[in-house]
Amino acid sequence: MNTPATAVDRQFATETLEGAVIRFCGDSGDGMQLTGGEFTTTSAVFGNDVSTFPDFPAEIRAPAGTLPGVSGFQVNFASTDIFTPGDKVDVLVAMNPAGLKTNVADLKGGGILIVNEDAFNNNNLKKAGYTSNPLEDGSLDEYKLYKIPISRLCDESLAETGMGSKAIGRAKNMYTLGIVYWLFDRSLEPTIQHLTNLFAKRKNQPEMAEMNIKALKAGYYMGETAEMFQNRYVVPKAKLAPGQYRQISGNEATALGLIAGARLAKTDLTYAGYPITPASDILHFLSAYKNYHVKTLQMEDEIAAICATIGAAYTGDIAVTASSGPGIALKGEGIGLAVMTELPVVIVNVQRGGPSTGLPTKTEQADLLQAVYGRNGECPVIVIAAKGPGDCFDAAVEAVRLAVKYMTPVMLLTDGYIANGAEPWLLPHVADLEPIAVKYATEFNAHADDHDGEGNNVYWPYLRNENLARPWAIPGTANLEHRIGGLEKAENTGNVSYDPANHQRMINLRQQKVEKSAQDIPPTEIFGADSGDVLIIGWGGTYGAIHAATERLLAREHKVGTIHLRHINPLPPDLGAIIKRFKTIVVPELNKGQLIRLIREHYLVDAKGINKVQGKPFLVAELVAEVESLLPRK
Amino acid sequence: MTQIELPKYTAKDFATDQEVRWCPGCGDYAILAAVRKALPDLQHRRENYVFVSGIGCSSRFPYYMGTYGIHGIHGRAPAVATGVKAANPNLDVWLVTGDGDGLSIGGNHMIHMLRRNVNLKVLLFNNRIYGLTKGQYSPTSLEGHKTKSTPMGSIDHPIHPISFALGVEATFVARCTDVNKGGLNILGDVLKAAANHRGSAFIEIYQDCNVFNHQAFFYATEKDTARETTVLLEHGKPLVFGNNRDKGIRLNSTRLEVVSLDKVKEDDLLFHDETDPALAFLLSRMSHQQGMPEPVGVFHRIQKPCYEEMMMAQVNKALEQRGEGDLEKLIHSGSMWTVSE
Repeated sequence: MNTPATAVDRQFATETLEGAVIRFCGDSGDGMQLTGGEFTTTSAVFGNDVSTFPDFPAEIRAPAGTLPGVSGFQVNFASTDIFTPGDKVDVLVAMNPAGLKTNVADLKGGGILIVNEDAFNNNNLKKAGYTSNPLEDGSLDEYKLYKIPISRLCDESLAETGMGSKAIGRAKNMYTLGIVYWLFDRSLEPTIQHLTNLFAKRKNQPEMAEMNIKALKAGYYMGETAEMFQNRYVVPKAKLAPGQYRQISGNEATALGLIAGARLAKTDLTYAGYPITPASDILHFLSAYKNYHVKTLQMEDEIAAICATIGAAYTGDIAVTASSGPGIALKGEGIGLAVMTELPVVIVNVQRGGPSTGLPTKTEQADLLQAVYGRNGECPVIVIAAKGPGDCFDAAVEAVRLAVKYMTPVMLLTDGYIANGAEPWLLPHVADLEPIAVKYATEFNAHADDHDGEGNNVYWPYLRNENLARPWAIPGTANLEHRIGGLEKAENTGNVSYDPANHQRMINLRQQKVEKSAQDIPPTEIFGADSGDVLIIGWGGTYGAIHAATERLLAREHKVGTIHLRHINPLPPDLGAIIKRFKTIVVPELNKGQLIRLIREHYLVDAKGINKVQGKPFLVAELVAEVESLLPRK
Repeated sequence: MTQIELPKYTAKDFATDQEVRWCPGCGDYAILAAVRKALPDLQHRRENYVFVSGIGCSSRFPYYMGTYGIHGIHGRAPAVATGVKAANPNLDVWLVTGDGDGLSIGGNHMIHMLRRNVNLKVLLFNNRIYGLTKGQYSPTSLEGHKTKSTPMGSIDHPIHPISFALGVEATFVARCTDVNKGGLNILGDVLKAAANHRGSAFIEIYQDCNVFNHQAFFYATEKDTARETTVLLEHGKPLVFGNNRDKGIRLNSTRLEVVSLDKVKEDDLLFHDETDPALAFLLSRMSHQQGMPEPVGVFHRIQKPCYEEMMMAQVNKALEQRGEGDLEKLIHSGSMWTVSE
């Protein structure tokens, strides 16, 4: 396609925006995730702060054109710090009527609405439940509606490629992306590079790369030449902390953090998993990094996965499994074995909507009590949570560190929202990461009474150090042969014991050990007021929304402070004192109130919950409104 | 390289100070003694052994072995053991399980561990009953078996452990009895053969639960009957049995039949071939209940790559192709951009 000469002559009014929220939506086969991901990368590489929210159906390909088959990808990009993908969208791109119908309510009044006009035929309108064509009946008058025959224009621009009509039809997402790139004055280069890598290099389909790049450019030129848009928009670079950045999703950051943890411990990583949404990507990422001494086992089920990690931990590896709620439920007995055998196992729960199969592709925070309490017997584990995609890296390193130091299972909670969402990640330097000390036992550590002579002459697997951790002697170490298992252990010797007093002591010791790990929790950071009217206590993936809401509340001069907990079991030692400095404690969670129970139980405080269980993250506006309703009237 | 000399072990070196708590007269004692006796002959270092078990009477085994060991949770020993081998493929891992642990609650794990051919040895103590929970029927209990949970008799069709192991692609499949008063005491030999097999070795051991299912395998272990009711499998040799070695097994069309050596020459008998899975399956169907002698010894033995070897080969290949992973580079990769002061 040649660029018409007129293109360079045309003038457009350019409006500078602080930020914008775009949502791409269409059929799950329309490639909306790729489209949104590309826009995000391009914006991030340009220098915007970005935050994303991919939202896709659980079905791989729900019937085309139907409401359940709609897949969406929302990206917020700005010249300022942002913490969420945005409550409402400024630009909605709808590839079909079903996409329009399920998403238009989130478009701001006066917002830009770009639709693929060709998809609005009778059949698709009917499937989406429209009785009249919304493009014609005036129902979209409050928006800036751009009806573009995307399918036809894309077909025409690719007709000369000689590719089949099916392949050409699937390139219309790139055509659409080209239009949006033009509208926001973005460079095509990052996407061209990615398409070349994806199709030409990795899949060895150079013709597919060429066709998609052609579609992308055609869409861009369409924006320029068609006299359709009056304005272009510019979102300048953000002033982020200096350093090197890349885009990262929570699952990828978790995988990198686990590798980092194992490398810092100078130990191999054994990861055993079973495919489950939304945790599978951790397995995918790790399986590609074998040259980091990573062994990945796709086991036959969730139970096998936790049990294989126990075997690997006994044998001296950093052992990890990841799953989501239903899988964690299956692992419960195995986690109990890891508690009893006091082995360093990391369990990642990428939470999703429950109960049962629930909402596999949607986010929720309803597994917190499962993490803390959800096993038979008195069965404490350390529980920590990641607050955002990049933070998953630090949280995973922390999980490995705590597991090894205290010889205990550690549960790391992330969720579907931060696992799939991406944000710019300020890249850490390995030299700045604290090494993790792993010292396997190699010598006798006790003196048995029935032996003659001086000095140690036996190995007791349950003799504890100052942190109450037991020693880690691994198979292959001469003379330290020992047996462990799920039956109650005698203190110190680790032999099977049914002694009542011993059982009480061991129950207490396991609990004290987990509590002892609180000594490693750094002083709690408070954002906003140090004391005052409201203390908001959050945890996990709601960080962005809570932080943004707090900023707004502070801007309105409310005396509000926010804490976002990394450590949930045990809780930070200074939390009780902080709570006392505020009149009202508010705990927003994407569940029916779980952290709030722990807060009430530990601090006997009448905390108020803000609870939402819709499979969706908090909107900033709803948090602000809820908190304001709890504030004293001015 | 200096050869580190192996200590001269005896059975005593593989014992522990823990009191053995099986019921007096239990078949497990004989198996424990046979294992302790076999290991010194294998010339492997004691510290490299890991005994892994699930839950059940048989699963207490690791506590009585002076080696490393994990007494895990019900049915999951194959998964625990797979993790052990993944972390250190050089270890000698033995898995001790029972008919309930290994074929009921843990059947799924057993399937997948065997098909992956993880290099470890499975001792499946089959006593056709749940002992530790005091006498319910198990997946190998015979039809009609009256137990605490089946007062009118079991209506389950039993699983055949050997058929099962063959069906899930095990590379070494054998059967023994805990004791044998008929002179066919092959447990020690089969243990050693299993130990020398590279891959998953599955041994079904007929074991007497003298409390809840006493004498279930009496026919196969007693002096007068053992040689009449069992037939020893030897690779390349004809299947001959009987107190006077006067009977044999012949393949007639697709069925096996007992023939008298008075009438049939040895050359016309079935010759055992450990490498033939179809033959092994036929043999696995011979049952005492149907009037056939039951084969003991090695049904099937073939070579296939082991799971953990292939896993390590991939790790090593990745190391060779891409070099030792550099964590700093891993973090600082992909589409990056720099924000300056």
